[in-house]
Amino acid sequence: MDKIIELKNVSFVYDTQEEQKPALRNVSLDVRRGEFLAVIGHNGSGKSTLAKLLNAILLPTEGQVLVEGMDTADEDLVYEIRRRVGMVFQNPDNQIVATIVEDDVAFGPENLGVPPAEIRQRVDDALRAVGMYEFRGAEPHKLSGGQKQRVAVAGVIAMRTDCIIFDESTAMIDPKGRREVLETAKRLCREMGITVVMITHFMEEAVQADRVVVLDSGRVAAEGVPSEVFADSALLRRTGLELPFAAKLAGKIRTAGVPLPDGLLTPDSVADALFAAAQEAEVI
Amino acid sequence: MIRDVAIGQYLPGHSFLHKMDARVKIVCTLAFIIAIFLCKNFWSLGLMVFAALVMTLLSRVPFGQLLRSLRPVAFILLFTAILNLFYTKAGNVLWHWKIFTLTDRGIYTAVFMAVRILSLISVSALLTFTTTPTALTDGIEKLLSPLKLVKVPVHSLAMMMTLALRFIPTLIEEIDRIMSAQKARGADLETGGFIRRAKALLPILIPLFVSAFRRAYDLAYAMECRCYRGGEGRTRMKQMRMGVRDGVAIALFAALTAGIFLLNHFFAHLI
Amino acid sequence: MAELEVRSLTHRYGAKHMPQVTAVKDVSLRVQAGELLGVIGHTGSGKSTLIQHFNGLLTPTSGEVLLDGENIFRDKQATRAARFRVGLCFQYPEYQLFEETVYKDIAFGPRNMQLPQDEIDRRVRRAAQFVELPDALLEKSPFDLSGGEKRRAAIAGVLAMEPEILVLDEPTAGLDPKGRETILSLVADYRRQTGSTVILVSHSMEDIARLATKALVMNRGEVALYGTVDEVFSQGERLVAMGLDVPAVTRIFLSLRERGLPVRTDVYTLEQGAAEYLRLFGKGARA
Repeated sequence: MDKIIELKNVSFVYDTQEEQKPALRNVSLDVRRGEFLAVIGHNGSGKSTLAKLLNAILLPTEGQVLVEGMDTADEDLVYEIRRRVGMVFQNPDNQIVATIVEDDVAFGPENLGVPPAEIRQRVDDALRAVGMYEFRGAEPHKLSGGQKQRVAVAGVIAMRTDCIIFDESTAMIDPKGRREVLETAKRLCREMGITVVMITHFMEEAVQADRVVVLDSGRVAAEGVPSEVFADSALLRRTGLELPFAAKLAGKIRTAGVPLPDGLLTPDSVADALFAAAQEAEVI
Repeated sequence: MIRDVAIGQYLPGHSFLHKMDARVKIVCTLAFIIAIFLCKNFWSLGLMVFAALVMTLLSRVPFGQLLRSLRPVAFILLFTAILNLFYTKAGNVLWHWKIFTLTDRGIYTAVFMAVRILSLISVSALLTFTTTPTALTDGIEKLLSPLKLVKVPVHSLAMMMTLALRFIPTLIEEIDRIMSAQKARGADLETGGFIRRAKALLPILIPLFVSAFRRAYDLAYAMECRCYRGGEGRTRMKQMRMGVRDGVAIALFAALTAGIFLLNHFFAHLI
Repeated sequence: MAELEVRSLTHRYGAKHMPQVTAVKDVSLRVQAGELLGVIGHTGSGKSTLIQHFNGLLTPTSGEVLLDGENIFRDKQATRAARFRVGLCFQYPEYQLFEETVYKDIAFGPRNMQLPQDEIDRRVRRAAQFVELPDALLEKSPFDLSGGEKRRAAIAGVLAMEPEILVLDEPTAGLDPKGRETILSLVADYRRQTGSTVILVSHSMEDIARLATKALVMNRGEVALYGTVDEVFSQGERLVAMGLDVPAVTRIFLSLRERGLPVRTDVYTLEQGAAEYLRLFGKGARA
């Protein structure tokens, strides 16, 4: 598969007055075009640093980050990189610029110098894509956390970016908002072919990705499809991560001797498997 | 509750005033304010009040809403009225007690000033009621753009205004939250002398500043990520276009100004 | 230890002439001393407004809040006393840190209580110990701490008032799994060691199911469900109908039941879930 972002032996050191804190150590990683990639790890694992390296907010201390072949360290390319890789941040209040929803969504395309009539079209399309079209005239501060984040997503896709990075965008909002944002991200990926990189510490979100990267103390501790990564209980313990509850339940029942398939992570897949096993054993 | 304060007063609508070009509205509002100060008698002032009433009707802003926007200035209004009432010594004395003297001239001046301030505030309120903050700042940016020639950073100023407007409600909520949190830890914000009260504000102000800086930092990143590079090469989704409506408004304003001068001139003897 | 009672409390926002919003409507409840009450509800369900009445920060439009049978709104002294007997820790409490040192910040509450110096010192150290902040950090600026440490320092600021009732509004919001676990276990420890009542607002059904003795579900400003955790989570369908999360285990059993498996749906912990499913199999199928 075609690579949209490539990290080559990337290290990053936070240089403060008192100390030098390495946040990433020799990370090599590809983001494939069109995939839904989840990056997980506990606080201090380097996942937020990684996010900020992907669109040149931070530059690697060592190594290279290439976005569609462009080196983020090249100052002349920063603008080109950012119009291709957009970012949705953690705090929904701190990324909305305008006092009206549609004006905020227009901010990116306006900066790109898109003609007015086309901006209008893009803004309407983007707001429809995230299900916020009815709120186009609303004041952002009156929206819920999930709605604000969806406006931020619309602001990114109105720039026609190829890739969206969610930098812990669900950390500060309630479960309903989290579901809204996750569903939006999934839909953009599946229907519009936008590459999604989801940085998160919610395992329930990570299990829905195509691929998961686990970071631990600045290194890539594991990488693979969710069913593989979450099958490695030693890895999860070591990296301070937890299995989703549904997966834990499946594990408990499996240990008790009921034959269940591997890789059950979501409540739906567990319910399906439990139902199938019950039918198989003719206990109904 | 602090969050009841109405800020960002825009009332969505489709009235004549809503549809006018923001630049024309800003210029007309300024012209109106100047005109109010040019009024020398009740005839010309009456004309302006009449114009303000017509504008309010045209805007379809409910009168109640407009009156509410006057509440914050009620004190200033009362204060100036009282001041004018008792400090105007000219005219026929109607009533006298110790240092207080009430003259007919005083009453005229007090009412005149009050009406003047009222119409001034109402018209400015109408501008914010019928213009989105974005249109307002865009309008100001366009109107000030000649200043770019003398190196005034017009775009930056307008952007700062937009961001300030955007973050006022957020920061008000934040103050509310911090106040509640510190009160829950027993902070006493209501009693004590001036110095004690000022000191009691520190637990509110420090977290507020810390948070405002954090927000500013986040916001700067977010704007850069959305390819913001200042005003250069930027387009706008909402184009400002002057229409027939705006022409009519300008013509009416010219007529209004002429009216003031005529009334000032012909009724000069009538205060 | 105190008992908290709320009698038909209603709170309306908005000044005269403004459209009024009823944030809390006719809420009555009684929290016995030593209980851990879990409070659940959407953002905007009125739960945050409700808990700000418990220590007298908000005054009800109508209704009463009683601490050990005494109305906390009786007079100013009573309200002020309630402020210290009921410790309220807001969401993202680290945003309220302001002092030069962590020590001074934790001491802010006790100082406002006008306790003697040595008592303040004792309380600060005890609270810091509870939240596992090492002594070395106490002399640092709170702004130099890590995110998790800031959160714990802020919680210590409330614990240092040694409230009889501790109210926490989403104390784990925004933390990673490890951070969440640390906070929840310190809350449980605090309750065990001091016998205090704890009221915990949380979006995580799993946490409420695991920790709480009773649960209160708020919906549109009203009490939707109130009872023991068993009672509340046995109403899985109703929780789902309100658009609330149910524990993943409950969700799985609701789905199995829908497809015709004869399972109970009032299960919410892993142990209950596994046991209930295995019950279907009886002895024979287990082999």
